[in-house]
Amino acid sequence: LGSRASLLRLYHRFRALDRNKKGYLSRVDLQQIGALAVNPLGERIIDSFFPDGNLRVDFPGFVRVLAHFRPVDDDDSGMRDPKQPEPLNSRMNKLRFVFQLYDLDRDGKISRHEMLQVLRLMVGVQVTEEQLESITDRTVQEADEDGDGAVSFLEFTKSLEKMDIEQKMSIRILK
Amino acid sequence: MSGRGAAGSGRGLLLALLPALCALPRVRGVEEGPGSAHGHSQGFQVVTFEWLHVQDPYIIALWILVASLAKIGFHLSHKVTSVVPESALLIVLGLVLGGIVWAADHIASFTLTPTVFFFYLLPPIVLDAGYFMPNRLFFGNLGTILLYAVVGTVWNAATTGLSLYGVFLSGLMGDLNVGLLDFLLFGSLIAAVDPVAVLAVFEEVHVNEVLFIIVFGESLLNDAVTVVSGCPEGSGAWHGASLCISRPLATTFPASQRGTRPSPASSVLLPSRQPPVSPAVRPPRRLSALPPGSQSRTPLWAQTPCRPFPSPRREQPSALGLSSGGAARVRQGPWSWDTRPPLLPGSQGGRTLGVVLQTWVLNRYRMVQLEIIDQVVMSYGGLRGAVAFALVVLLDEKKVKERDLFVSTTIIVVFFTVIFQGLTIKPLVQWLKVKRSEHREPKLNEKLHGRAFDHILSAIEDISGQIGHNYLRDKWSNFDRKFLSKILMRRSAQKSRDRILNVFHELNLKDAISYVAEGERRGSLAFIRSPSTDNMVNVDFSTPRPSTVEASVSYLLRENVSAVCLDMQSLEQRRRSIRDTEDMVTHHTLQQYLYKPRQEYKHLYSRHELTPNEDEKQDKEIFHRTMRKRLESFKSAKLGVNPNKKAAKLYKRERAQKRRNSSIPNGILPLESPMNNLTIKEKDLELSDPEEAPDYGAEVGGGIEFLASITQDTTATDSPSGIDNPVFSPDEDLSILSRVPPWLSPGETVVPSQRARVQIPCSPGNFRRLAPFRLSSKSVDSFLQADGPEEQPHATLPESTHM
Repeated sequence: LGSRASLLRLYHRFRALDRNKKGYLSRVDLQQIGALAVNPLGERIIDSFFPDGNLRVDFPGFVRVLAHFRPVDDDDSGMRDPKQPEPLNSRMNKLRFVFQLYDLDRDGKISRHEMLQVLRLMVGVQVTEEQLESITDRTVQEADEDGDGAVSFLEFTKSLEKMDIEQKMSIRILK
Repeated sequence: MSGRGAAGSGRGLLLALLPALCALPRVRGVEEGPGSAHGHSQGFQVVTFEWLHVQDPYIIALWILVASLAKIGFHLSHKVTSVVPESALLIVLGLVLGGIVWAADHIASFTLTPTVFFFYLLPPIVLDAGYFMPNRLFFGNLGTILLYAVVGTVWNAATTGLSLYGVFLSGLMGDLNVGLLDFLLFGSLIAAVDPVAVLAVFEEVHVNEVLFIIVFGESLLNDAVTVVSGCPEGSGAWHGASLCISRPLATTFPASQRGTRPSPASSVLLPSRQPPVSPAVRPPRRLSALPPGSQSRTPLWAQTPCRPFPSPRREQPSALGLSSGGAARVRQGPWSWDTRPPLLPGSQGGRTLGVVLQTWVLNRYRMVQLEIIDQVVMSYGGLRGAVAFALVVLLDEKKVKERDLFVSTTIIVVFFTVIFQGLTIKPLVQWLKVKRSEHREPKLNEKLHGRAFDHILSAIEDISGQIGHNYLRDKWSNFDRKFLSKILMRRSAQKSRDRILNVFHELNLKDAISYVAEGERRGSLAFIRSPSTDNMVNVDFSTPRPSTVEASVSYLLRENVSAVCLDMQSLEQRRRSIRDTEDMVTHHTLQQYLYKPRQEYKHLYSRHELTPNEDEKQDKEIFHRTMRKRLESFKSAKLGVNPNKKAAKLYKRERAQKRRNSSIPNGILPLESPMNNLTIKEKDLELSDPEEAPDYGAEVGGGIEFLASITQDTTATDSPSGIDNPVFSPDEDLSILSRVPPWLSPGETVVPSQRARVQIPCSPGNFRRLAPFRLSSKSVDSFLQADGPEEQPHATLPESTHM
């Protein structure tokens, strides 16, 4: 899951975030990070640390989420044993992580409504509802290939195939 | 000064001002000094001109005045400054002034002496740089900066000197009386990158902040290295050493995040490090005398919530330096063209090579890699400036024979780098950035998701604390908070750092204002004020605006509902064309309105403009939204209502409210915006200590139910009597508070929650709440307090939840 040094660093960070030294992090702890409040997707990211309605996240869970953002090693993919599960920071898993951020009801698709919500989060208040809706429509249309009005995971991956996900979703110190 | 009589008439310009200054105190009897210009009356001297007497300070004062006026004048015209770097303008000004003086007098009466330089010019430079220096960034990158500054400068000096020597040996330069040592000396002078010039240019260029701080920090520290290695006088070594030590100290300690943390450490440390007698070290002692002076000023400064007026003072000294350089230029003699051609490429090439090498070494150790474009900017952005000029002028004629040559060459180099490189660096950077970016127009999806990724990444970075968690820094801030602040700051200043009282005051203020605004709104103005988007009813009557995206398919169909249009083909065609325009408009809208991720918009504040930052608005919006969401989730949990439906309803309503109230917040927000200006910029600078600056949601402003609710909600295992609110546990968390940018803590959190509880301030009952707003140390108490007026069933959030 990462080199020793970065794990250690993460552990210190975990401890520092854990204000009351409870040994786990709760939502409040993460909410206290000021920069997250001005991040449009901040709430959702915090939620991603608490899957399945948990109220706490312990250190392994913390690391597991962050492991998605490890930079991809080139030599990893060459020598990897195909039988083992993909490492968390592979491209697919990175995308899956983001997909889960969008897909709130976990049905495996991003419905138009969900997309609309995400858009609403990310866009300023000057944009009217109509504009937002039309943008949503366009976005879904672009990605949707089987015409079901929702974006499945495969469609999602396909629409982003040209984008350099590995680089855009990596934090160096987690190496 | 010879020829006073002639000079007196020749200096008509200056003397016009002179009487105002001198005449009044000088009105006296017959007493006059030798060589003073007389008035022409006989007998009783009513007015005398004593130019000699006041010459030095007068000239200096006048020069400062002119430079300041010029600076202010430059910034009046934003268009000019965005193209031409300010330093260039200053040089031109200096040339002009020098020309005037020279034409008037044929004697350059003002010379740059070490005294003048060290006493008048250097301290303000140092202090000003220190005040504005972004501490966090600086120390975070200190290793890199030191490497570049020390090793890099030495390297630059060596390569420049050696290459020049090589050229000299090859005979291209003609017959000069210089030796290797002189060349090396010159190299070391020239290698000094000027922080002021760098600052001025980079402000316009908007490079990322890591790059900026590296170049800036390097330029700050390499002055010291230059002085040490240059060593113009015999005692230069001490000079340099104490300068080297005193400068970073003087810059870092008086400079704190908001100038609220003055430190006597520098004044303690400085004198102890200085060797006893030598007069050369008196300047550093003076430096140490100044920080305490500035410290007593800073708490006052910190009191004002508004960002202080952008002071042109900082660049004044180098403005002076530059303009005196210009003046001296006019004076200079030898115009030999031999030395210049080899010099420029020599020094620049040396610098580039040095940068590349060092970066290669550094990239193996750094977190954040420095890419090619960064390196290009670093090497190209090495502008020389006033310090180089000052140092070269200090060269002793006796020791360095070809002093004049060097001086003129330095001037040329300075001019070239500042003007040419300063002018071209911005287009260069833009060109490079464009070149490196994608050529293909990204699809809508990619744009959107790409932006989402950026947001996610920045969030994860914040969570994982990438920016750094410096043990030392924590210790220092603790120390500062516990001891230094108590000693150095007045009680009232300390109080103003106390977030809780701030919150309370702000709360009152906000409620009062919104009360008034609400009253207005409820009146007849309500209908007029609501934005058109809410009134769909208006759309049908107004002519369709071509720029809106309303030209969606649905709108099209709606529009055609009345018309009998059975021609499907034309409909189809129209739809297609509309789709294209829609496409364009959509892209445009997205581009325009998508929130920018942190990395993008975080660029260094401008020292000259108080432009209201677009990004604050973005921050505010997102912050409100986030807070409201959290509030909702709390509320739903507490009131045990079905969360989804309620949240959706609330959210919709709030959104409508937000629009309707869009006019109102403008009245309220400016109140905080000055404070936000300062702190958001500072927040940007600091790359936020948000991990330490946490509890906008928690602890702050005790008795805010928000906290109580959240903590109760999520940490069920805690003691049922409520969490002992750490804010009131003595001092423990004041460090947090001291770091909290005020905008994070206060009203924003509180206001929504208050409003959520309380009906609109129309009912006088609300103000009851403010009275019993006791600051209790148990979070539950506040919770209970808040519950008081909440007796009436709140099925929905009241009208204007948006503050």
